Amino acid sequence: MVRRSFWLKIVSALVLFGAWQVAGMIPVSYAFPTFLESMSALARMAADGTLFTAYLETLRPLVVGVAISAFLGIGLGLWIGLSSRFDWLFSPIFIVMQAAPLAALIPLLVMAYGIGLTSKVFVVCIMAMPVIVLNTAGAVRNTPASLKEMGRSFLASDPEIIVKIIVPAASPVIFSGLRLGVSAGFIGAVLAELKITPTGVGDIITYSRSIADYPAMYAAIFSIILLAVLFLNLLERLEVYLFEGNVRGYASD
Amino acid sequence: MIVFGYRLPAMSSLILWALVWEIVGRLGLTFFVPPLSEVVVTLFSVIGTAPFLKALSETAQAFAAGVLAAVLIGIPVGILMGKSRLVDELLLPWVNMFLSAPLTALVPVLMVLFGFGMKSIIITTTLFAIWIIILNARAGVLQINRSLVEMARCYGANPFQAFYKIYFWAALPEILGGVRIGVIRAVKGVIIGQLLISIVGFGALFELYANNFLMAHFWAVLIVLFAMAFTVSELLAYLERRVSYYAASR
Amino acid sequence: MVMPQIKEVVDVPGAQEADNAVVARGISKTYGSVEALKNLTLEFPRGQLTSLLGPSGCGKTTLLKIIAGLLQPTAGEVEVNGKPVTGPGSDRAFVFQDFALLPWANVLRNAAFGLELRGVAKSEREAIAEKYIAEVGLKGFEKAYPHELSGGMRQRVGLARALAVDADVLLMDEPFSAVDEQTRRKFQEDLLNLVKHENKTFIFVTHSIEEAVYVSDQIAILLPRPSRVSEIIRPADLRHKNVDNIRRDPEYLDIVDSIWASLRSYVE
Repeated sequence: MVRRSFWLKIVSALVLFGAWQVAGMIPVSYAFPTFLESMSALARMAADGTLFTAYLETLRPLVVGVAISAFLGIGLGLWIGLSSRFDWLFSPIFIVMQAAPLAALIPLLVMAYGIGLTSKVFVVCIMAMPVIVLNTAGAVRNTPASLKEMGRSFLASDPEIIVKIIVPAASPVIFSGLRLGVSAGFIGAVLAELKITPTGVGDIITYSRSIADYPAMYAAIFSIILLAVLFLNLLERLEVYLFEGNVRGYASD
Repeated sequence: MIVFGYRLPAMSSLILWALVWEIVGRLGLTFFVPPLSEVVVTLFSVIGTAPFLKALSETAQAFAAGVLAAVLIGIPVGILMGKSRLVDELLLPWVNMFLSAPLTALVPVLMVLFGFGMKSIIITTTLFAIWIIILNARAGVLQINRSLVEMARCYGANPFQAFYKIYFWAALPEILGGVRIGVIRAVKGVIIGQLLISIVGFGALFELYANNFLMAHFWAVLIVLFAMAFTVSELLAYLERRVSYYAASR
Repeated sequence: MVMPQIKEVVDVPGAQEADNAVVARGISKTYGSVEALKNLTLEFPRGQLTSLLGPSGCGKTTLLKIIAGLLQPTAGEVEVNGKPVTGPGSDRAFVFQDFALLPWANVLRNAAFGLELRGVAKSEREAIAEKYIAEVGLKGFEKAYPHELSGGMRQRVGLARALAVDADVLLMDEPFSAVDEQTRRKFQEDLLNLVKHENKTFIFVTHSIEEAVYVSDQIAILLPRPSRVSEIIRPADLRHKNVDNIRRDPEYLDIVDSIWASLRSYVE
């Protein structure tokens, strides 16, 4: 059955890219290049290094922003999950942030921090942080009570219960929160480059649109989506590999 | 949190944070944060004005149209994926891909294809919302208890009856869960669309206030927007809880 | 308050000497306005297995957790080896109903976890754990993870962990309720052997009448709302009989029947 699902994936990709190709050949719109045109533009930009330098630029706010969000987010999440007082104090903020369209803050961030790296890092942070905080806090809160009781009955101190029981028990959910945070961070990074100042991949997209070089524009968009999806897929696989069996293994199954 | 034996309501700390906001604003630490009281006063003066109502109605229209499209397409596609293995295997990789892809990158494409108007914003909204709705409807159908389906067949239900008497209701908790998350994403989508296209709705309003340094106006509109987004998501969460009583015991 | 009546099924002289490993005195526990336990007094003789038996909601697990020091009683106190209980201690080890194994740790680390928390050096604690893993019949599974084991095997790991810390008192909270019937029977036989050879005091919560009669030196029957000890039964004579024959012994059957007769009105 591995073969069947593999072939079906190929078929499904062929159908979609074929449809893209046909739609571009008709063409459905003057601004809709064919699949092959876009791919050759992609190959051209990859070969002359444009794409490479662009990604160096794009990934900088993303990496910095996600790193800050992960560090602060997991810390805050642990704190919220362990203390009902901080839960009361901070949870509502992140719950509102999670539901609210934070992108609306961008014009304000630009006024406060200019159009440089700081603003872009901020955009990535406000997108990525809430899900990391809420996942971490939820995971800590949902540590199986019997595991904590087990620790106490075998005389674990409070720090030991946190380090040896709560954190490892919560880590699969914390990790998937990080993955969702990275996904949101990608949205933020692209948004920042399109909205604040065109740099990196956002620059290729904006510039090629302005000179009507549509194949290059589609290629750049294709590449960022591909990169994000591949990277997130990698994280998901890592998650499965690292925490295999972790979620199972309780008596309830 | 419990203070003096009295349990404080969950979201009550927001009152405290509002107080902090007021104090920070009063101290005049930064030009970007005017006191909350000033923002609230501005809020009431802004709320009835023509530009605000125009932005609100444009946003509401785009949002409603986008969500409606996502629900009407997403739920049947999801149910179909849950029922047919072939469709599932053909579509699932793409649904998963678009679920986590940075969809903001697609907005420029929509702009060149569909113009700088409502159409692009509606499609952006749908794109943000639809994938999770599909996935949840699919998951809902996949977890339906086999014996429930077999029961329906034993008592002679035809496929159509089985669909609307069993499948839809049995998968409803998951479907509603998907719609709730989809709607939250749609709110973000509609704002991101408006920001990037920025000549319609709140996007235009934000641009106007930011360029004229009308901080109180900016925050007032932001509060309205956040409050509405939060209300919508809580409303759907309430609806979800109403049906989730049977989710555990199907 | 009804005083617990002690029903001696077979009176063996000197069977209830004053040497009690654990004594619970006047224990009450209330949750808000709900009384889970009311003025409960019970003694647990050293080296014997005492079962807490009763319908669900009768507070037997609450009592066990109070003895473990995981819950604080509202009134009354528990003494272990003459010392009052203020919290969890090294003189007691707990076996959990849902096993409470660390899913990210292998069998060896799980079995050694109690010792790890006591600061025993790695090589030493692993040697001890290995010994008990072999004793509970899991030799060869040291590197396996909990999710790779069956329910019965997981509980054996939980048992090895409790034995490894070498506590005087073993507290078992419905330890066999999450394993299948055949595994449970094997467990019960192994448990009888443990009681015989380990010279530990066992406190065993169960809702199975047959299980209680099969393994216990002393059965405390708890009745609900509010919980109290209604009867103490000592099937002492059964303990001298061959394990293989207990289940068809007329005395065994009589005790099972009489317990059911006193419990049935409390089961809805």
